[in-house]
Amino acid sequence: MDFGLSQEQQMLAESVARLLRELCPLNHVRNVVESESAVSAQAEAALAELGLNGLVVPEAYGGLGLGMLDAAVVATALGEAVAPVPFAGRKVLAPLALIEAGSDAQKANWLPRIASGGVCFGVGLQGLVTRRDGSGVSCADGRLTGLALFVLDCEEADHFLVADDNGQLYIILAQSEGVEQIALRTIDATRSICGLRLSSVPAEALRDDGGKAAQRIIAAGRILLAADSLGAADAMIAQAVAYAGQREQFGRVIGSFQAVKHMCAEMAARNEPCRSLVWYAAHAFDAVPEEAPLMACHAKSHLGETGRIIARTATEVHGGMGFTDLLGLHYWFKRIGFDRQILGGPETVREEAALLQGWIARAA
Amino acid sequence: MDLSYNPEYESFRDEVRGFITANRHLAPKGAGRASRPSPESVVWQKLLIRHGYTARTIPREYGGFGADPDILKSRIIAEEFAHAGVPGGLANQGISMLVPTLLELGTEEQKRRWIEPTLAGDVVWCQGYSEPGAGSDLASLKTSARIENGEFVINGQKIWTSTAKEADMIFCLVRTEGDAAKHRGISYLIFSMQTPGIEVRPLKTMTGNAEFNEIFFTDVRVPIDQIVGQRGQGWFVANATLGHERGMLGDPDALENRLLALIDLMRQEQVDGHRVIDLPAFRDRLGSLQAEVAAMKYNGMRVLSSQIKGEPGGMAKLIVKLQACELAHQISALAIDALGELGLLYHGSPHERAHGSWQWNYMFQLGLIIGGGTAQIQKNIISERGLNMPREPRLASQGER
Repeated sequence: MDFGLSQEQQMLAESVARLLRELCPLNHVRNVVESESAVSAQAEAALAELGLNGLVVPEAYGGLGLGMLDAAVVATALGEAVAPVPFAGRKVLAPLALIEAGSDAQKANWLPRIASGGVCFGVGLQGLVTRRDGSGVSCADGRLTGLALFVLDCEEADHFLVADDNGQLYIILAQSEGVEQIALRTIDATRSICGLRLSSVPAEALRDDGGKAAQRIIAAGRILLAADSLGAADAMIAQAVAYAGQREQFGRVIGSFQAVKHMCAEMAARNEPCRSLVWYAAHAFDAVPEEAPLMACHAKSHLGETGRIIARTATEVHGGMGFTDLLGLHYWFKRIGFDRQILGGPETVREEAALLQGWIARAA
Repeated sequence: MDLSYNPEYESFRDEVRGFITANRHLAPKGAGRASRPSPESVVWQKLLIRHGYTARTIPREYGGFGADPDILKSRIIAEEFAHAGVPGGLANQGISMLVPTLLELGTEEQKRRWIEPTLAGDVVWCQGYSEPGAGSDLASLKTSARIENGEFVINGQKIWTSTAKEADMIFCLVRTEGDAAKHRGISYLIFSMQTPGIEVRPLKTMTGNAEFNEIFFTDVRVPIDQIVGQRGQGWFVANATLGHERGMLGDPDALENRLLALIDLMRQEQVDGHRVIDLPAFRDRLGSLQAEVAAMKYNGMRVLSSQIKGEPGGMAKLIVKLQACELAHQISALAIDALGELGLLYHGSPHERAHGSWQWNYMFQLGLIIGGGTAQIQKNIISERGLNMPREPRLASQGER
């Protein structure tokens, strides 16, 4: 009985964090996003070197064969650094979809190329959670038609994993005729998000399992967004505490005032149990699959709520400086905001948790 | 992450379950908190000690079971009793606070005399710490003990003393060294509540009950050897036990059980012909609390793991009292709201639910947020010890007394 990260997981987290401190400090993040990109080439290259493209790809297909808890600690490190790195969709959800619902031939075709970085996926699942502005995708004769919004990790994607409205998963080629990419600009410039308008696009279907794989992939996505938010919240608390220890007013550092200390204590007190919840949800995904959908909902909703409070409070601790672009604190604020809304905000996800537990019946 | 138990622990769990199944008919009904244990409770307690399900690591010569410390086994016992809905061992202040203190700092004679009857439930203790003028700043306490003819002579007042009316004995902080700095002038005395000069007055709280008391001491004479530790060391003696109290206030099983009761309530109670859980606003609040309870549960497992490894609990441990007390309060608050106007019913009223316990808990849990180190003191501790933020500067005029 040992609730916590293994030594290997701690080392993985530390090596990703060290690499990002070196190659992806805030001024680099600024340079990347100011060049209208959400991909840091140097961070990507170094992370690929560590094998992160194949993090969850089984060793038989050239990957590291690691699990969701490993992916979650990486996501936390990326969130902590507000790293412009396409991770959750491209490096975890796409290969997981193939692992869960791909035929042997599909796995053999795609997984080694994902692990080597030879193919880059964007991932469109948001329509299975909420449909807005006429979004929805249907399939006829092996061709997809419709609108997928909030597709993850679009920049540099040469393929997309897309779900139709029944939860069936497909792979399409980004360059196919009938694929129109709609650039979406969110508050979080470190993530690359797009819409896809699809007009009779040829699609390679994964196994039809009645949407089970898609639901599992969504749970994975929620866990990773929660883990990212945890890392971003860690970073905001650390910055608030450090700033409060330097900034002087009324002849003393503001961190010696109880009003400020208590704001920091509240952030830490709310944040710390979140770490255990994220770890458990990721562990459940790997080891207790029947609990994973509910735990993913809990992690997503609770980290969303806690993240919002921390993002706001940490900004307030910085006073006027927190509100400026100079300090760059807003990169974390916006990252947390993104993590909260994608794949279901807290209210949406809590309703799903209620359905999962049979508190209420699913509407016909 | 390895949440499995090795075979030794699995068979221990089976053993605990077997004991509960075979003996649960002997368990006292409605184990009342903060009162003198009933005769059935004392019988139950002695049975549990004999089997090692309470007082497990206390040495046999002092009336315990004498097992080697094994945090996981203690945890399994707590889990199985909680899941079975059967009361575990007594958890009063004598057992939770005095016994560990005596084990660590008592004389051999004190250990032999007091630990066994305390564990058995035959001797009940109360705690004389807080005073009207010494709450969060406990070390400023003023109840004095001067020495006269080989006795301490105690004068002063204590407050927030639960079980004072039922207690046989008190462990009490008093100022013996008037000239010393405030933390160094305190001694930790133990004496009988039957000693002449002690008056106990019930302290009625907002719940309508007197869960606490005030104690007044007028020339209370106590033999000079009834001290734990040295004169002037009382603050440090007491601090060995305050940690135990804070641990008691953050039991994850208790939170989970309260949440399950709330879910049942919301599935059963109807308003306008709809179950409360069918109303989205209430259901959403329930979902929020459920996620928070899950986070605290896994936080507790993380703290447990660090204890097993002999590592400090760090931030995960420091935040337990603050977060768990607040969460318990919020669970009761939602239950009251789910009951709506019925949630007001109290005092055994017609239509009352669960004997008014949701309201009682809602009020009493506010007391727990304040007691045992207020939420504000907890935040000082978290920021100073957990985040290394500066300590509160002392006002120039105040100084050390």
